[in-house]
Amino acid sequence: MTAPAPGSPMWAGLRTWWTMLSICLEERLVYRGDFALGTLMRFLPIVTQVFLWTAVFAASSRTDIAGYSRNDIVAYYLLTMLTRAFSSMPGLAGGIARSVRDGSVKKYLVQPVDYVSFLLAARIAHKLVYYVVAALPFAGVFWVCRGYFPPPPDAATIAACVVSLLLSFLLGFFMEATLGMLGFWFMEVSSIVFGYMLVQYLLSGHMFPIDMLAGIPSGLPGTSVADVVHWLPFEYTAYFPAAVWLGKIRGMELARALAIEAGWVLVMVVACRIAWRRGTRRYSAFGG
Amino acid sequence: MTRYLAIFLTCARACLVRDMTFRANFILECVTSLGWMSMNLAFYLLIFQFTPEIGRGTGWSREPFFAFVATGLLINSIVQALFMPSAEELTEMVRSGGLDAVLVQPLDAQFMLSMHRVDFSSFANGFVGLGLLAWAVPRLDQPPSLLAWLLYPLLVLCGVAILYGLVIMLAAATILMGRNQSLYDFWFYLTNFSRYPAEIYAGPWGGPIRTVCTFVIPILLVVNVPARVIAQPLEGRAWGLVAAAVVAAIVSLVVSRFVFQAALAKYRSASS
Repeated sequence: MTAPAPGSPMWAGLRTWWTMLSICLEERLVYRGDFALGTLMRFLPIVTQVFLWTAVFAASSRTDIAGYSRNDIVAYYLLTMLTRAFSSMPGLAGGIARSVRDGSVKKYLVQPVDYVSFLLAARIAHKLVYYVVAALPFAGVFWVCRGYFPPPPDAATIAACVVSLLLSFLLGFFMEATLGMLGFWFMEVSSIVFGYMLVQYLLSGHMFPIDMLAGIPSGLPGTSVADVVHWLPFEYTAYFPAAVWLGKIRGMELARALAIEAGWVLVMVVACRIAWRRGTRRYSAFGG
Repeated sequence: MTRYLAIFLTCARACLVRDMTFRANFILECVTSLGWMSMNLAFYLLIFQFTPEIGRGTGWSREPFFAFVATGLLINSIVQALFMPSAEELTEMVRSGGLDAVLVQPLDAQFMLSMHRVDFSSFANGFVGLGLLAWAVPRLDQPPSLLAWLLYPLLVLCGVAILYGLVIMLAAATILMGRNQSLYDFWFYLTNFSRYPAEIYAGPWGGPIRTVCTFVIPILLVVNVPARVIAQPLEGRAWGLVAAAVVAAIVSLVVSRFVFQAALAKYRSASS
């Protein structure tokens, strides 16, 4: 594969991307102190979860709940923090809807810059800065809690986990971006975003491992709520990469779940593109 | 006192009129908070699928625990409705210099800055809390005594007072620092510790957390004490906790008042 020649359209595209990325990186680094403090504080709710589950295990006299030992649960919550660091997109949907409402989106309609690509570059920059600044707090917390983790998995599982994390970033981005595009049809999308966040929080595995829903019938014959949730996109933004690392999903099941995740990414990319195309077609540019 | 009550009622009436002007938004906000609360209740129901109680021998089985949750909803809804909206506004007032307009009024600054805005939609969770309490209490193994019922509202007020003291101290920090969004996030994360029975904080790490959150920042007394009085037998150690909650409430109010006044004395206007 040859590198794009200077002056070629692909070269120009790469330069635009690099410029967008470096602008956003500089913007983000201004608030690095706030970032680091915020990251550390986000671990505080996990402290209460650790004690809660320890108390639950102590009272139930069980060694495992839905296949998770007490240590697994603690490791799971810590790993979902990492997963959410990839898939959460704070302010993305609201930002898109606001740019539609106040008219600032129209500059992307007249400039030779693709809005979705710009948002993606901005989000990659946001995440890169976040990982650089958050690496230390994350490493510190994970080191303190290292006793809760099982031995590191094999290389194939680690690779699958990394792929699932990257896909979770794309899935989170395109789901929220598509929601934001609804701003072309509705003046205010905050209630829709809230509804999404509610479902997302419950079904992503952020509150508890999805395996705990395996015993609850869904109403469909022979199908539990967990079976239904496995086919939805939400669990791939928190539960799935954590469960892969902990060895809860293996072999064909893992391959199938990765395929479902990739499928959802594809669906959301297409949905986002369709929403952008149809939305800009009906858009009337108000505002100065 | 009557004058301050009249001013508070006027502010509350203005907020209610504003809320009712945007009625759909008001309903949406109620639904929002009810949605989050329902999700948490679903989580607790799930937990009780796997265990008869939270913590071995603690007495926090399903019904007492839901009485605990109900108490938490009640206390937090009062704080969220009466104090948090004003405290959240303070950050911007300090930064923009809007605080000056409050300081020149012939009124107590702490009163105006902590109570001029009321968020009526936050009461929605409080009503659900009352409903949950009404469901849980008749199902308790031992119904609460008359004395427990008399103490309960007093201890709920103590819980509100402790949280109010915390809000005021964070507001004081806002005045000193100019802006402290992270500290308000800290408030959210700190109050998170009060969401579960104090007994869960056990062991080499839990013990110190429990001590700090009981005696230094008495966040564990906020919900635990009233909930224990209503949901568990009122005997022995419970009386010590009742006394601790009352003392903590008084100390919180006094210390927060002192800190707030000290912060105001150091305030330098941001406006021209």
